[in-house]
Amino acid sequence: MKNRKLLSGNKAIAEAVRLSEVNVVSAYPITPQTSIVEYLSEYIARGELNAQFVQAESEFGVMSACIGASSVGARVFTATCSQGLALMHELNYVAAGLRLPIVMAVTNRQLSQPLGMWCDHSDAMGERDSGWMQIYVETCQEAFDTVIQAFKLSESREVLLPTMVCLDGFILSHTSEPVEVLDQEQVRDFLPAYKPDADYHTLLDVKKPLAAGGGCPPAFTMEFDYKKYDAQEKGREMLRKVDEEFGETFGRRYGLVEAYRCEDADAILVAMGTMVGTAKDVADELRSQKGWRVGVLKLRSYRPFPKEEVLKAACGSKAVAVVSRAISYGIGAPVFSDIATAMSNASKKPVLLNCIAGMGGRDVDKKSLAAVFEKAIKAGETGKAENEVEWVGLNRNLVGG
Amino acid sequence: MSKPYWTKENFPITPNIRNPAGSLAFKCGQWRSVRPVIDEKKCTKCGLCVLYCPDDAVVKNEKDVMEIRYDYCKGCGICENECPVKAIKMIVEVQQK
Repeated sequence: MKNRKLLSGNKAIAEAVRLSEVNVVSAYPITPQTSIVEYLSEYIARGELNAQFVQAESEFGVMSACIGASSVGARVFTATCSQGLALMHELNYVAAGLRLPIVMAVTNRQLSQPLGMWCDHSDAMGERDSGWMQIYVETCQEAFDTVIQAFKLSESREVLLPTMVCLDGFILSHTSEPVEVLDQEQVRDFLPAYKPDADYHTLLDVKKPLAAGGGCPPAFTMEFDYKKYDAQEKGREMLRKVDEEFGETFGRRYGLVEAYRCEDADAILVAMGTMVGTAKDVADELRSQKGWRVGVLKLRSYRPFPKEEVLKAACGSKAVAVVSRAISYGIGAPVFSDIATAMSNASKKPVLLNCIAGMGGRDVDKKSLAAVFEKAIKAGETGKAENEVEWVGLNRNLVGG
Repeated sequence: MSKPYWTKENFPITPNIRNPAGSLAFKCGQWRSVRPVIDEKKCTKCGLCVLYCPDDAVVKNEKDVMEIRYDYCKGCGICENECPVKAIKMIVEVQQK
C-alpha cells in the first residue's frame, strides 16, 4: 500500500530529509526556501527527527556550521537560495574542497538587482564551478526522491562532494502534488548511516587528530583540483548507479537526462526544472497538430554534466534550442555553453539556439515555447540560427530591437 | 633528509595534515628576515622558547643545549619576547646598505 500525500515541493524536500535521518540541520530563512527548514524544525521539536537545528546569523554562518558538523561525521542538510546562496559562495568552495557530503536544497530564485523573489536559475549558476554537484528537479516527487539519492551520491567514497538539489522557486517549491512518501525502513536500507573513515575522510576525531582547511603550496594544489574534478567524473557514473538502484528498489528512476520523444526529432528543446513539463506538453501538441517532429531533453544532472547522454539524445537532430533561466552576461545562456562544449568534438552537430527565458519569474508558457520550437525547426531547415541570442517572452515594446 | 610528505601511495583527497611532522616537508626558514640567536651563557634551559615557538623550531638538542632549527624558523620573534632572562636576540639577516 503506497503512502501518497499531497505535498508542496518544499514539504516533499523536508519529508525526504526527515527520512534520510540527518543529524544536523543549519539554516537561515530566505523566501521561498523558508518553509523547508520550518518543517524540519517542527519535526525536530516534535521528536520525529533526532537532529540538532542550528539557526545561524547568516548564510555564511550556516555553511560554516554545516562544514563543522559534517567534519565530525554528521549527516548534514541545509536549504537556501538567491542572496543566501550568494552569501555562502566562499564556503561552498570550502565544503567541496574538504570533500564533505553536505546536501542543500536550492529553491531557485533570482539575484538582486532588480530585487525580486521569483524563479530563475541565476543563484545556482553562480555556484556552478564550486565543485558541488547540481541536480535540477521537475516535480515534487522528483524533489523528494532526489534528496535521498543525493545523500547516497554525495556520501559514496569515490565521490565525496556536496550536492545541491535545485527546485524552481514558487513554481515547484509552493505547488502541491501527490507524492509517494517512502517508508522509514525502506529508506534506511537504501541509505545507511554515514560512516566516515578517519584515515580517508575529513573527520575530526580526537583519537586521530588532523588539521583541516589549512594552506597548501603550489606544489600540490593543482593535484587536489584534479582529484575534485575526477570526483565529479566519478559522480556521473555514481549517479547513474544510485538512480538505477533507486529505480529497482522504489520503482522510479530519472536518469541524468530524460530524452522525451527525441529519437526521430528534427528539433529538440533542452531545459531544466519545471519548464520541462510545459515543453513536453507543447511537443505533444506540435506533433499531433502540426506534424512537427519535436522532442524535449531534460537536463537533470547539471554538474556533473551528462555529456554522453546529451550527445546520444541530441546529436541526431537538425536543431537544438537550449532554453535557460539564467544569463551569462556577454555570451548568452550558461547551459548553452555547456551543451556547445559537450558537442564540440561531435562529428555531426545540430544547429544550436541560445535562448534565454523565464528570468525573474517571467512565465514560460506554452505559446512562448511553441515559438521556440518553430524557430528551431526553421533553423534546422536553413542550417543557421536566426539570432545569436533568443530572448523568449521579452517585451520588445519596452526595450526595442 | 626528510622524504616527501605526500606520494602516490598516500596522496589524500583533500590536504588535511594528519601528523605534525607534515611541516617537515615545507621548509619555511627562507621567509625569515631576522634570526633568533641564543646566548648560551644567559640561557637557563627553562624551555619556554620550545613551548612558545609556533613552528616547533626550537629544540633541546642531544648536548642539552637549546638549538634553533633555522630550516623552519620564520623569524617571528616570539621566543625573544618570551625569554625570561633575555637570552635570545633577533639579528637582522641582511643589512640594507
